[in-house]
Amino acid sequence: MIILRPMSSTPPPLTPEQQVRRHWMGVLARADGAAIAARLDAAPPLPEATRLRGPETGLVMARGRQGGDGAPFNLGEMTVTRCSVRDAAGRVGHAYVAGRDQLQAELAARLDAALQDPALRLVLLDAVIAPLAAEQAERAAAVAAKAAATKVQFFTMQTMR
Amino acid sequence: MAYVAVKGGERAIDAAHAWLAEARRGDAAQPELSLEQIEQQLGLAVDRVMAEGACYDRGLAALAVKQARGDLIEAAFLLRAYRTTLPRFGASLPMDTGAMRIRRRISATYKDLPGGQVLGPTFDYTHRLLDFALAAGGTPPPAPMAAPEGEATPRVTGILAQEGLMAPEAKSDAEPPDLTREPLSFPADRPLRLQALARGDEGFLLAMGYSTQRGYGNAHPFVGEIRMGEVAVEIAPPELGFPIEIGEITVTECQMVNQFAGSKTEPPQFTRGYGLVFGHGERKAMAMSLVDRALRAKELGEEVDAPAQSEEFVLYHCDNIEATGFVEHLKLPHYVDFQSELEKVREMRATVFREAAE
Repeated sequence: MIILRPMSSTPPPLTPEQQVRRHWMGVLARADGAAIAARLDAAPPLPEATRLRGPETGLVMARGRQGGDGAPFNLGEMTVTRCSVRDAAGRVGHAYVAGRDQLQAELAARLDAALQDPALRLVLLDAVIAPLAAEQAERAAAVAAKAAATKVQFFTMQTMR
Repeated sequence: MAYVAVKGGERAIDAAHAWLAEARRGDAAQPELSLEQIEQQLGLAVDRVMAEGACYDRGLAALAVKQARGDLIEAAFLLRAYRTTLPRFGASLPMDTGAMRIRRRISATYKDLPGGQVLGPTFDYTHRLLDFALAAGGTPPPAPMAAPEGEATPRVTGILAQEGLMAPEAKSDAEPPDLTREPLSFPADRPLRLQALARGDEGFLLAMGYSTQRGYGNAHPFVGEIRMGEVAVEIAPPELGFPIEIGEITVTECQMVNQFAGSKTEPPQFTRGYGLVFGHGERKAMAMSLVDRALRAKELGEEVDAPAQSEEFVLYHCDNIEATGFVEHLKLPHYVDFQSELEKVREMRATVFREAAE
């Protein structure tokens, strides 16, 4: 099961392959290393891969827009951990994840490589990506439900009209 | 001579730091604070340290709060110092706060705006009475839940802009200046000012914003909208060639709507002051938006006569790390400087007394 998020305003439309890859990378960026490892326990073992870079922690300057929709400005930095790996077939997996969880970045990069393998993609999407995405959606829904409970219903105003 | 005095302090400094560590821990019979406890239960302190430390990482900010014994400026200082040890991978695409997953969203200008007024976890409407039940501890009942209506929450400024009543922001993807790479220079354009304000001291910005309300800057502000929640951060790594999400961060945004009488080139309309800060920092976002609007006085052809409208005054003094560095350096040894002052004053006194005696 693949759920695609609506794309942000980026000029060239993504290819379908880029879209699915963007989706799993976004899901892995939101899951901590322990959660990814737990899902991998129920999946076929990831192919061996060699580290090309990292895992290493650095900074990304997070940007906003003035007035919310104007010119970009630098809001402040955030910690980000990245990792790149290559498997025996030459597939290169990349990960950039917010925070300092090196296990998360390395597993995300290895999964990114493995998910490019047509023989592994469906099983890994099913065993790892879909359940992580579902957990994330569930957490977001719980927050949205709490927010909804604090939405003001102006009933007194309406009866006064 | 001065160097001899400084060298002699080593043992005293070691002992002072050992005492600091003991004082930080407090009574060893009490359980020690964990970073998770600080992150969870002192969340707004953690948010403030991330905002003023200009580095989003809740765990690091919690560690800084613990190490600084709750001194939040010291904690922000620690975070700023740590960030200098990390390489910069790049910059994010500009975040789309319009796509925020809202935890709180209120408007003081429209009662029935699309998406509604969502109060979120707020201190507003509490009675500000000390709650002694908290002293006893305990777990509160879970917060109520309701089915979200799934309505979109467009920005209030967009609603005003549709009618032509809100000055639009110029569409731009210009590379913004970065004051962590190049020192401040004046005149500072708005992206640079916003970066400085976003990492500025909450207390300083609060006082500056307050001064504009009290008449030093002639502001007529309304909170068009405050929203707080989670926003996805995206980067476009060259090795991939397409944008990816690297996670979500919590931010607070304030759109302050101000009356504008118009100028030779612009019709009367509303203009906006903008505030955006890391974490849940509503007071800071509001103060930032007031000060941002005040600093636009020159650009909008208004008189510039109040402190909050002076970009040099505001931007040079809003950074509490720089401010504390310069103020607190006064307590470090100035023996040699002072020795020369001492001799000068003695000499001047001697001259005055000699002349008086003649």
